[in-house]
Amino acid sequence: MKDDNSKDLRPVDAHDGASMSNSFSRRGFLQMVGGGIIVFYSTSPVALAQERGSRESRYPTDFNAYVRIGEDGRVTCFVGKIEMGQGIITGLAQMCADELDVSLDSVDMVMGDTDLCPFDFMTVGSRTTRDTGPRLRRAVAEARSVLLLLAAEKLELPEDRLDTNDGFVFDKNNPANKVSYASLTEGKQIERRLEGEPEVEPLAEHTVCGVEYDRTDGRVKVTGEAKFSGDIRVDGMLCARILRPPAHGATLLSADTSAAQKIPGVQVVREGELVAVLHEHFDIADRALSTVKAEFREPEATLDNDNIHAHLIGIAPEGEVVEEKGNLAAGEKLATSVFERVYCNGYVAHAPMEPHTAVADVKGNKATVWASTQGPFSLKDQVAASLGFPAENVRVITPFVGGGYGGKSRGQQALEAATLSKLAGKPVQVAWTREEEFMYDTFMPAAAVRIRSGLNDANQIVFWDYVAYFCGSRSSEPFYAIPHYRVVSRGNWGGRGPAGPAHPFGVGAWRGPGSNSNNFARESHIDLMATAAGMDPVEFRLLNLTDKRMIRVLKAAAEKFSWTSAPTPSGRGHGVICENYVDTRVSTIAEVAVDRQTGGVKVKRIVCAQDMGECVNPAGAHAQISGGITMGLGFALSEEIDFKGGKVLTRNYDTYNITRFSWTPEFETIVIDNKVDPPSGGGEPAITTTGAVIANAVHDALGVELLRLPLTPARLKAALNAGK
Amino acid sequence: MPDSISFNLNGRSVSIEVDGERPLLWVLRSDLGLTGTKSGCGEGHCGACTVLVDGEPVRSCQTPVREAAGKQVMTIEGLSSNGKLHPLQEAFIKHYALQCGFCTPGMLMSAYSLLLSNPNPSREQIVEAMEDNFCRCGTYSRIIEAVRDTAQQLRGEA
Repeated sequence: MKDDNSKDLRPVDAHDGASMSNSFSRRGFLQMVGGGIIVFYSTSPVALAQERGSRESRYPTDFNAYVRIGEDGRVTCFVGKIEMGQGIITGLAQMCADELDVSLDSVDMVMGDTDLCPFDFMTVGSRTTRDTGPRLRRAVAEARSVLLLLAAEKLELPEDRLDTNDGFVFDKNNPANKVSYASLTEGKQIERRLEGEPEVEPLAEHTVCGVEYDRTDGRVKVTGEAKFSGDIRVDGMLCARILRPPAHGATLLSADTSAAQKIPGVQVVREGELVAVLHEHFDIADRALSTVKAEFREPEATLDNDNIHAHLIGIAPEGEVVEEKGNLAAGEKLATSVFERVYCNGYVAHAPMEPHTAVADVKGNKATVWASTQGPFSLKDQVAASLGFPAENVRVITPFVGGGYGGKSRGQQALEAATLSKLAGKPVQVAWTREEEFMYDTFMPAAAVRIRSGLNDANQIVFWDYVAYFCGSRSSEPFYAIPHYRVVSRGNWGGRGPAGPAHPFGVGAWRGPGSNSNNFARESHIDLMATAAGMDPVEFRLLNLTDKRMIRVLKAAAEKFSWTSAPTPSGRGHGVICENYVDTRVSTIAEVAVDRQTGGVKVKRIVCAQDMGECVNPAGAHAQISGGITMGLGFALSEEIDFKGGKVLTRNYDTYNITRFSWTPEFETIVIDNKVDPPSGGGEPAITTTGAVIANAVHDALGVELLRLPLTPARLKAALNAGK
Repeated sequence: MPDSISFNLNGRSVSIEVDGERPLLWVLRSDLGLTGTKSGCGEGHCGACTVLVDGEPVRSCQTPVREAAGKQVMTIEGLSSNGKLHPLQEAFIKHYALQCGFCTPGMLMSAYSLLLSNPNPSREQIVEAMEDNFCRCGTYSRIIEAVRDTAQQLRGEA
């Protein structure tokens, strides 16, 4: 996704019969990218599994990273991840610049194009920096070694006399004797495939990583030049509006499209229950759809926000033990006080500013799809299966994605565009309206967590019995020093489709999947025990922590906040929490003011300290922390999908209140200077602390127990009345 | 029956034959090919489609194109000139006041309009003027800084 990514968005016919997700067409790729040095790098699945646990063992034995050094000296990185605002377009380029000793502005990124980029999993889980980053580094390290080899020949010097700096290879004994990368690659097409593990630059020697850089996509995004999927124009393209049922599970009885058909330029497409109206202009297609008269049969609706948690707890699968230690019964014998609570969270929408959008151009037995997606490679397979094409006949191109947060993993809109393009015989754009976005979003699932725990006379947590319903396992493991505990997960956060009988509509990953619910439960319960112990919540946590990195972030946050000790509830509206998000340690402290009359909460100040291992771009990391917490204020205070069975009653931003300008607190964010641990990612950790820290701050202000997010004014007033 | 509508768009006059009831947003994006202005909610809540008509911010998804007739329309494509960014655009980059970038054109148009009418806005005035522009990535605090920084620069205080 170079700055001028609009230039090369036409399909390039470079297939030679092999699906890239199985065996990448190297010949086609080489034809497309031209001359220079090209390094393909693959990490063995075994190495990957060792690197990051079992999940990565599904990684194909294909190339995982490529880099090209062109004849103009420019460096291009091809990665299968996508840019949706999180800033990896800059971070990955920094890693490349570091390893190759070139300036950041000489690096171009090509991202999420299934014909040009190596297979990668979806862009999810804050995994790009920690998983894709090291693979890219190794490919780049190999490219550098090729340059050294070429320079050794050209300068007639042994390789160990040579070093690299700012796009040149030079003689260590005579730095003036040097040769540019551009001249080394001129007139050559050198292809290297690397299987081993080249030596990468030690963390301490990084000079581009760890430095603050502006976003490399900043310029195109402030001028309006940046292309999102809805900005793609293909000759002859029609915009589609699709007839939607009033509720999930409703069936179409009849549809009369005769009025729409009379509108000049409108094409009606019908196949089975799919009814769509197409026109050159979106707004005219939209108007045409409003003339369609349709009848549906709706299923009986029973579930709503009042009974959903009882339903979920009742229907939950037996689940599995995530982690356990000691013996719960033995732990309970040590306890002098026991606490049991159930914490609940509602359905939350992703609500990206860019609704799901795709353009599909199906010609003959080939398809090109431009889509706002977090998973171009899985989408490619889905499109192929849906059209009945071999996978190699489908190319997915990912323009800039206007926010994803886990919600653009599924690809429904792209499948719709592909189907309609095939049926209409023309390129088709499907851009969901906001209403469709709320209807077909895969929400953060409603979830519940039951915790039973105990303290001894020294205020140490001695046992912890934790059962999570429908919020998976992430962030469910207690990082406090507890001798006897068990964590059971009963039901995941959803998968990518409608989750069977559990939920009345689709649920799925939502920025920090599961963690938002698990953190709210764990940290609320920690404060419940601190309250009973009559202790300050920072001191109570320090008493029960042994994890040194966690203690460091907690102390850093408390110091920045100028935290003073007081038992909670103190009436001050100060809340604190700790979180270990897949190795990234976070501690957040909030100050809130609560209006007891209205139940309204004003978040005044947020301090967040994060230890994310090596921080590639501190400016980007700070932006992810404050941005994530700003977004998180919505699910903490107001965001909750209203529904009746499969009917999603929330339709637009007038009834779904996301964070706005006036909510913005003062931020102080700290990124721990860590030159020891590898990068562990920063797109998600901070946001997952938000619900918990606001709940603890509100509890500290009001002294009432808060067992359900979001903390709406109505819920706070009810809690205050119940406490009287 | 199409109407003949003329207006000034980013300093150039344009004349088009369209149904005057069509939303300005889609005429800009679809008929005129200026895709910098975004569609976020279709109902005028989110501000992604903000453009200026005679210097005033309007929700182009809710504005029939006939209302632009004879007026000056400015979109994000008109903010920089000859490849030189406006100081507000520079400040957005410098302050990391954007992430996914989808709300950014609307944010910039609202902020630009604010600075036209108030060269020295307080934090509260920025918040008030921008309140109906939504950013899901959560860059508000940085946008406020970028607008204040730009105001200072344009007043020659930086």
